[in-house]
Amino acid sequence: MLAHEFMRNALITGTFVAVACGLVGYFVVLRAQVFAGDALSHIAFTGALAAAVLGFDTLAGLFVVTILGGIVMGLLGDRARADDVTIGSLFAWTLGLGVLFLSIFARGDSAGNGTGGVRVLFGSIFGLDAAAVRTSVLLALLASALLLAIARPLLYASLDAAVAAAQGVPVRVLGLGFLTLLGLVAAEASQAVGALLLLGLLAAPAGAAHRLTARPYRGLLLSTVFAVGSVWLGLTLSYRFPTLPPSSMVVGAAVGIYALTLAATAARRGSLSREARSGFDAEGSLGRSEA
Amino acid sequence: MPEAAIFQGLSWNPLTDLDRLVSYPFMVHALEAGTIVAFMAGVTGWFVVLRRQTFVGHTLSVIAFPGAAAATLAGLPLAVGYFGFCACGALALGGIGGSRRGLSAESASIGSLQALALALGFLFVSLYHGILSGLDSLLFGTFLGITSRQVLLLLVVAVATVSFVAVVARPLVFASVDADVARARGVPVRLLGLGFLLVLGLSVAETSQITGALLVFALLVTPAATAHELTSRPGLGIALSVGLALGVTWLGLALAYFSTYPVGFYVTSLSFALYVLVRLGRGAVGRRRATARFAPEVA
Repeated sequence: MLAHEFMRNALITGTFVAVACGLVGYFVVLRAQVFAGDALSHIAFTGALAAAVLGFDTLAGLFVVTILGGIVMGLLGDRARADDVTIGSLFAWTLGLGVLFLSIFARGDSAGNGTGGVRVLFGSIFGLDAAAVRTSVLLALLASALLLAIARPLLYASLDAAVAAAQGVPVRVLGLGFLTLLGLVAAEASQAVGALLLLGLLAAPAGAAHRLTARPYRGLLLSTVFAVGSVWLGLTLSYRFPTLPPSSMVVGAAVGIYALTLAATAARRGSLSREARSGFDAEGSLGRSEA
Repeated sequence: MPEAAIFQGLSWNPLTDLDRLVSYPFMVHALEAGTIVAFMAGVTGWFVVLRRQTFVGHTLSVIAFPGAAAATLAGLPLAVGYFGFCACGALALGGIGGSRRGLSAESASIGSLQALALALGFLFVSLYHGILSGLDSLLFGTFLGITSRQVLLLLVVAVATVSFVAVVARPLVFASVDADVARARGVPVRLLGLGFLLVLGLSVAETSQITGALLVFALLVTPAATAHELTSRPGLGIALSVGLALGVTWLGLALAYFSTYPVGFYVTSLSFALYVLVRLGRGAVGRRRATARFAPEVA
């Protein structure tokens, strides 16, 4: 498997992208901003297509537009946390623009006939060359380093914004910076798994980590491990069975891990609450009526 | 190809243009379907915005895509795939929302579900070879080539969903605005929420056959959000939301007919432009009121 160059490139890029996604995803889930990630992934699609139509470098367009999208979303929301309806309206329009560019692009390039759009939407990790690998590794390292640098204050600001602000933590700037970083990671990941599927790498491993532990650094580590694991598993599966597309397999693996975690913790909590109920009957019945 | 005859631009006489707009049966069907879809999206969308379920609505619309792809792969009619997957998705989302595990866990679950749906859709499309142009139309829809049978099916589903919403409108508004008080008054909040999600799934499945899985959202959320900006009264708000959705769809279809660009672009741009205008206008009015109130004290 490792004898093929395209496979080595895919594994290297996938691993670094997964590290960045796992780290950033942990905070995305903690701050309940998965919808913002969703919107950014669609903005990434439009950005890449716009660059393709206007004749710029696709990669540059992807990064510039997605990072700008993150900044705009940060500015729109109160306290750098844009609300869902504003985000939704914004990205519905972005998608409309994407469709426009797609139609222009498909018409101009009759040989490609829309495959460019599909590649952006669903990724092309097996088609990366050495230069693309180098760029994406560098950017993933940059994003991870930036995130780790602001991890402590960001954690504080995410858990209790009011107290953090009172203590002098720049909550708004942090939120804006985080959304910008999310834009960078979204652009980065849409190369690997495609604009539409990067949500799987952002939300699922981090969701599983949050489910397993409440301790932040352990959670960050777990989230990263899960993300990297699902990339490896997905790529291996896709290599073994060539009809299966790699991005679907990667996201499938990530969601599979999340589902397993949900089932495992539900079973453990079920047995715990049964024990608790035999001890404290009143509390047990209260918990049941809540559920 | 009749396209050369169709895309010849506007004349200076609006009546001739209107006449040309309805001179082809496919365009009449498109207008009928667009009207039905916009009406339904306007009604359900108002509740989506009220209940802050935009993420859920978007996920449901994305789930329509693997439904269509699976139906194509299995050789079933597309409508079966759309409706089947959206109904299952609505039930799953209802389960996620029901278990009260807090906002962040919920958004993680919804996001994972959406990613899984897209991954499945892409998998089905890759297994079914050689339909890359078909993939575009699954995702972005086509207003052209709608048959009169499809229009009839749309009408049936629209009547069913809108009458369900009309029947439960009062308790649904109550449950959406203040779930705890509604529950205390004996309103079955959970059941209503689940029922609404199912109805939403139905209307999304139906809308996405026309607008494509990715653009449902434009009709569902943006006109409704504009209506919520303008009024907080439920009856007026729903009427406004429906009116905006209808206007945007008609204008978008007409513009797409007379130009070469896709209808999705026009519909999303028009509705977003309206939303931005209303937001800006409201901001200006709010500032003027505030200065009017404080002006005497300053002077």
